[in-house]
Amino acid sequence: MLSRFFYLSVSNKAMSYLHNIGTYFLMIKEMFHNPTKWSVMRGLILKDIDDLIIGSLGIVAFISFFVGGVVTIQTALNINNPLIPKYLVGFATRQSVILEFAPTFISIIAAGKVGSFITSSIGTMRVTEQIDALEVMGINAINYLVFPKFIALMLYPFVISISMFLGILGGMAACVYGGFSSLDDYITGVQMDFTPFHMTYAFIKTFVFAFLLATIPSYYGYYMKGGALEVGKASTTSFVWTSVMIILCNYILTQMLLA
Amino acid sequence: MIEVNDIHKSFGENEILKGISTVFDKGKTNLIIGQSGSGKTVFLKCLLGLFVPEQGTISYDGQVYSELSKDERSDLRAQMGMVFQGSALFDSMTIAENVMFPLRMFTKLSKGEMQDRVDFVLHRVNLANAGNKLPSEASGGMQKRVAIARAIVNKPKYLFCDEPNSGLDPNTATVIDNLIQEITEEYNITTVINTHDMNSVMEIGQKIIFLKNGFKEWEGSNKTIFKTDNEAVTNFVYSSELFKRVRKMYIEEDI
Repeated sequence: MLSRFFYLSVSNKAMSYLHNIGTYFLMIKEMFHNPTKWSVMRGLILKDIDDLIIGSLGIVAFISFFVGGVVTIQTALNINNPLIPKYLVGFATRQSVILEFAPTFISIIAAGKVGSFITSSIGTMRVTEQIDALEVMGINAINYLVFPKFIALMLYPFVISISMFLGILGGMAACVYGGFSSLDDYITGVQMDFTPFHMTYAFIKTFVFAFLLATIPSYYGYYMKGGALEVGKASTTSFVWTSVMIILCNYILTQMLLA
Repeated sequence: MIEVNDIHKSFGENEILKGISTVFDKGKTNLIIGQSGSGKTVFLKCLLGLFVPEQGTISYDGQVYSELSKDERSDLRAQMGMVFQGSALFDSMTIAENVMFPLRMFTKLSKGEMQDRVDFVLHRVNLANAGNKLPSEASGGMQKRVAIARAIVNKPKYLFCDEPNSGLDPNTATVIDNLIQEITEEYNITTVINTHDMNSVMEIGQKIIFLKNGFKEWEGSNKTIFKTDNEAVTNFVYSSELFKRVRKMYIEEDI
């Protein structure tokens, strides 16, 4: 009896996950169908660039600068051996910032900031019947709501470029003003053994994360049911699943591109 | 004219609509009434094409919805106007932008022509000077009038209203009722209203259908509803002492 209950519970859960995954991919397909008039879409894209990209720059700049500084301090403090050259601090900071911190860590932050914004704004539209109003008018609501966010987030690599620059700059400030190494040593380290493919790898990841950031929160907002309380729950769930997918895709892409 | 023929709609095991057939006439205010849970909202959403019935057909001036292609359905929906219970105005747009929205989406009018049409419609619903306000700055009655303006701005053939009077004071509710009836007759459109408001039933119910447990229990008008001996209808409509007395007076005067 207990095993049957357990089996039913697991199979229902599995079916629910499969149903969600299927609906997510159908939403992505629907996003490109029956497009909204360009004159309207242009305005929506510009608004979403302002909300999602420009609106994220402040927090990304702040976090990048100071975390870059912390990475440098931690690296410098852990290099005790006098035989290890000081310029390795700059080298380690650059590698950490470009390969992982800027694309992945900032994307997790964005899942909280941008993702919650997307889920709650679309979810609120669902609760207040604004999405029904769009559908009744014969508008493809998924294209109207999700596609501009997807296009706006194609500028997300621009945010990550700024994060990379400020992370390395923050590291430089912490290194020089903290007395861990000279400016020349830090710059030598930052320029040492630079592999251009690492940038390509970082930006491939960034584009994949941008796609996840646009679509997963939209999915949770668009298909939410219930009232105001459920909007909050949907935002939390969307943050969790966007983060999980970013971490998973990070592992898969790293294995594919660098290993 | 909208013809509904034997529609059934279920959610899982739960059958909500159990074979409803009726005709909603053009140029008339058609009311759907019934207790909570009787299937009114599901029925209205089927009429709007938001829910697809498992069985039966709905045709709009001869066009059977289930037989239309995706593009044809979009074209048909562009001819529908809807007033939602909560108004469903777009928060980020001003009142004028809300009303202009269907024109921007579906017409090739110039900005000046659209503005003229918006001004005309806002004037029609007595909101001539409210165009620059945000929906959050408008009262409940104003929001309903904006929703009506948005629903009629693109000259729809079909107007649907879900509880247009909910949350409004009796005075404003009467204004909204009269406005809907005037617009229906003026533009000769097919209007379907889902309501609980007995004043609306008495005032503008040119055709009324009463739903009970997913079935059409009764069909008539605000003239015949006074004389019906259908127990379910009389229990629902004349549940208050006031309406019982109104009914008694009406029957006595008629006699």
